[in-house]
Amino acid sequence: MQPDALKGGFADLPVQSATAFRSVLQAMARPGTIHQLAGAAPPPPLSVAAGVVLLTLCDPETPLFVGASVDSPDLRSWISFYTGAPFSAAGDAVIAIGSWPDFTPLSAFPVGSAEYPDRSTTLITEMGSLGREGSNACRLTGPGIQDFSTLCLPDPALMQKNAALFPLGLDFILTSESGVAALPRSTRIEVM
Amino acid sequence: MTEQITTPSANDTNDAPKHNPEAHNLDATDSYNFAYLDEQTKRMIRRALLKALAIPGYQVPFASREMPMPYGWGTGGVQVTAACLTPDDCVKVIDQGADDTTNAVSIRSFFARTAGVRTTEATDEASLIQTRHRIPETELTEGQLLVYQVPIPEPLRFLEPRETETRKMHALSEYGLMHVKLYEDISQHGHIATAYAYPVNVEGHYVMDPSPIPKFDNPKMSNCAAIQLFGAGREQRIYAIPPYCHVKSLDFEDYPFDRLRAPGACALCGADDSYLDEVIMDDEGTRMYVCSDTDFCSTRREQGHVGDQSGLFDSEEG
Repeated sequence: MQPDALKGGFADLPVQSATAFRSVLQAMARPGTIHQLAGAAPPPPLSVAAGVVLLTLCDPETPLFVGASVDSPDLRSWISFYTGAPFSAAGDAVIAIGSWPDFTPLSAFPVGSAEYPDRSTTLITEMGSLGREGSNACRLTGPGIQDFSTLCLPDPALMQKNAALFPLGLDFILTSESGVAALPRSTRIEVM
Repeated sequence: MTEQITTPSANDTNDAPKHNPEAHNLDATDSYNFAYLDEQTKRMIRRALLKALAIPGYQVPFASREMPMPYGWGTGGVQVTAACLTPDDCVKVIDQGADDTTNAVSIRSFFARTAGVRTTEATDEASLIQTRHRIPETELTEGQLLVYQVPIPEPLRFLEPRETETRKMHALSEYGLMHVKLYEDISQHGHIATAYAYPVNVEGHYVMDPSPIPKFDNPKMSNCAAIQLFGAGREQRIYAIPPYCHVKSLDFEDYPFDRLRAPGACALCGADDSYLDEVIMDDEGTRMYVCSDTDFCSTRREQGHVGDQSGLFDSEEG
């Protein structure tokens, strides 16, 4: 195990993970809103926000898919030490970490079944930035959104296809630096 | 904590069973993990909550734990609350609208002890409200979480006892059975007689049990600014309604949904728009109607609103 793997976790686990979860809960409940996370220092190139989400949600019960763009022995040691999550292929993953190209084709991940739509992967997607204007800016409507919200998405066309699977589908947690946003399958997406 | 192990000597014999008096007054937050549950349990509940929000109205199975209270007293709600609490929260607990019943007082003090959070009885001061069978009269805001205690989460359970079948019915949005039940209400009683736990459709897909809230409260679930979370401990289900969701009470074109409310105004604060409890006053059948929401009622009385029996308890209060 790398010595660095023993650094960068929560200093006060119960409180920091509770605070982090509340931000993620708000992000998932209100798609398009951006929240700030702090408290983890994962090995690069992983962002602080992605590290915090991993520490908050992963444990030995959650098979984790690690995308090639963030994968490294250091990261795997860090994840193993702090969460104990077993590493898995895309088809068995409960949670996935990586950037968008790591996740295509999306069909590799389970989207749940008609009886159990919750048995689908949550994809923690590292973004260059979280913004509302620029390329791939989308207009979001649906549950959790009062009128509409805007957010730049990595691949609107694929995400629209995912939303069309509702109530099946993948759920996305978008991270960049210390920012986090979420895009559940229930959100309707229009490219602006 | 470091403990010194000393061998007993003659000097100690006088105060042999030496107890540290402080030990019995340990701050509960030192003896329990924050908010009582262990971290792995909280992570499991948190993952279920995120899936519940992503699929509004769908019941997510979760590995409900034994809690230090009996089933039926809010074990599901307590677990959801424990998984959501942060030290900055201010917690309110209501039981049928009241802040001062045994269940509400116990759960409030449970979280004050195990999480060290502030508690309140005022709806607008609370950041997290756990409720048994009511939605507060005061409109909820964006910063708030509303956690419902749910006894039977499956709205179809009394119509179809098999879980395998109700799962299929939800998967296919096959809710004809529920409409037949409401129709039978009409054929027997002339109106839809279901008065509480009135089924709702969430965002046009899943039919959901709103927990046994009076149907008077159903319209408050729709387009609500707060996040609504539902926990059923014994039945091991979690479900949720994100903010600003469209929640529709089931009905028929010719028998539209109707909020049910006792006629008249609150005898203490005069409110004519709140949900009223009926109180039997004597053996002759005298009744009075008072607000079910105690915080709403007392706030109105402080503001000077009066009902037709406002002076009833004045002499007792001295």
